[in-house]
Amino acid sequence: MSLRRFILKRLLSIVPILFGVSVITFGLVHLTPGDPISQMTAMNPHMTAADEAQMRSRYGLDGPVWEQYLTWMGNVLTGDFGEVISSGQDVSSVILARLPETIVLGLFGWVFGLVIAIPTGIYAAVNKDQFADTVSRFVALSGISIPNFWLGLMLILIGALWLEIWTVLPPSRLPLYHPQMLFYLILPGITIGTAAAASIMRVMRTSMAEELNKEYVTAARAKGLPERQVILKHVLRNSLISVVTLAATLTASIVAGSVVVEVVFNWPGLGREFIEAINQREINLIMAITLFTGVFIVLANLLADILYAVLDPRIRYE
Amino acid sequence: MSSKQHTERGRIRVTGFDPEQVRQRDPLSDWTEESGGETEGRFERAWKRFKRNRSALIGLFVVGVLTLLAVFARPISVMGMTVQPFSLAPYDPTTIMYMNPDSSAGVYDSPTLSHPMGTDGDGRDLFSRLLYGGRYSISIGFIVVGLSATFGLVYGAISGYYGGWTDEILMRIVDTVYAFPGLILALIIVATLGGGYWQLVAAFAIPGWITYARLIRGEVLTIKENEYVMAAKALGARDRSVIFKHIVPNAMPPLIVYGTLNIGTVVIGVAALGFLGLGMPPGTAEWGTMLDQTRETLIQGPGGSIPWWATVFPGGAIFLFVMAMNMIGDGVNDAFDAQETGIEGQGGG
Repeated sequence: MSLRRFILKRLLSIVPILFGVSVITFGLVHLTPGDPISQMTAMNPHMTAADEAQMRSRYGLDGPVWEQYLTWMGNVLTGDFGEVISSGQDVSSVILARLPETIVLGLFGWVFGLVIAIPTGIYAAVNKDQFADTVSRFVALSGISIPNFWLGLMLILIGALWLEIWTVLPPSRLPLYHPQMLFYLILPGITIGTAAAASIMRVMRTSMAEELNKEYVTAARAKGLPERQVILKHVLRNSLISVVTLAATLTASIVAGSVVVEVVFNWPGLGREFIEAINQREINLIMAITLFTGVFIVLANLLADILYAVLDPRIRYE
Repeated sequence: MSSKQHTERGRIRVTGFDPEQVRQRDPLSDWTEESGGETEGRFERAWKRFKRNRSALIGLFVVGVLTLLAVFARPISVMGMTVQPFSLAPYDPTTIMYMNPDSSAGVYDSPTLSHPMGTDGDGRDLFSRLLYGGRYSISIGFIVVGLSATFGLVYGAISGYYGGWTDEILMRIVDTVYAFPGLILALIIVATLGGGYWQLVAAFAIPGWITYARLIRGEVLTIKENEYVMAAKALGARDRSVIFKHIVPNAMPPLIVYGTLNIGTVVIGVAALGFLGLGMPPGTAEWGTMLDQTRETLIQGPGGSIPWWATVFPGGAIFLFVMAMNMIGDGVNDAFDAQETGIEGQGGG
């Protein structure tokens, strides 16, 4: 199968998944017993049944559920996610305003994870079953086990309250792309990237140790290549393939992590917006963010699959 | 002297061969009569390896101790009958120590002999709350994993065994749910159902089964090609008994490994919801909910001293439990892995 056919096939296969994602998003939110309209009615005794009906039709909350779904889906496909009921803002503009914050944070976490994990993973695999390996295994296990919100709180406690290097919150008027923000990204970035770093490190170590036992390594050594070149040029390339498979899973965990970490650090991204939307039952916003997350992860999976097929052509024939 | 002269009636006689010597020689492989016998299955062998793994045993010990502490923290009574009369926690986890509205005495007291972990922002004894809080996290973790593993097992086994259209449809559903991080789904479910114990169980079990289903399906696809499955079918066994008597037992090891590691993930997830204020009702002595309260104080700065104990101890309890659970999981993984690849277990590092 050529690479192009492989990509086309995978692209086609995500169509039903994307449809399912939209159904789940809509279904979960519409199981909610109280929508904002009934909440408003309960709080405001002056509202009559007619007012309520009018409000419902205005926000598309009347009619049978499947009809509501079709209306919603139709609007979404044209880029209209409705409005935030309490403030009247456009949902899409809220998302566009918050999205860069989350992307920057997530990317920082990713980069932190890779920068820490790949060298450590290599080092652990090369020194397999020695002291350094044991220590790195223990550290990786701790990194997977530590709850990210607690790690964030501890970093605030140590970095901001004891050592007083950071202020707890970044100065709010600083724009996101201000160079000084890099400094305020460190603590939340470490918090969000630690779990990813730990997983990559473990996978890196295992796959690298496995590769090191293969015959081509012996061959490369036998022809007199320096060890450094054997590892960095031959072994590393092959073991990175397994990191790529992990990438999609880790993206999902970083997305989920951003919700928690943004709350810990009061980071004004999509994750914190999501929690606020849940607390205020802003269903349009909840649905939009959920749908966005689902589509993003489906695409991340697709990208990882394609990358995998590029790196390891055997996959395409399976 | 050719051997032909020594043979009688066409037999070949081998000389210089002493059967006794062969029996006494070191065997070339690890195979012995006992290990080859059907008395010892893969689970017994895995258990033997597991017992030699030091870090896994430490994990098991820590989980055991934390569970016992949670059970014996306060008396348990079922329908008016006291089932468990012991009370290790010195105070009731909800009792406020000092009821003096005018002074903040008792609020955020640093650790002392009477309050070994200090008091929290409402003046409650942290140590007692910590012991008691294990009940929520640990029990939810085990219940969720039990439920989602059972459902995922049946779902994945059916999907993998029947294949074809059944498989196609069942796996499309799995792929779809897989597009959402578990925590995001759990958040929406809790937002829908409200907080509380069984709501949390539902929030994590509903998205939780899909990984088990995927895992089991993959295993079943390989296992069903085995000859013994064919043999069972040829003997007229029903599908149900082929699946659950012949296929599923062989698909168990990866399920057990994932299940052990999954308990830790669920415990972190439950605590995360508590921390976001969406888990148990506020004020509950649940580890994550306890951290929610201290976050506010940390960010605002309490003025003066920092109540580090209110952050360090509840989070440390979650970390300790999850770490121990993951150490067990790694041990279980090594124990099953070793026998599959034939590498002898070296004990954990």
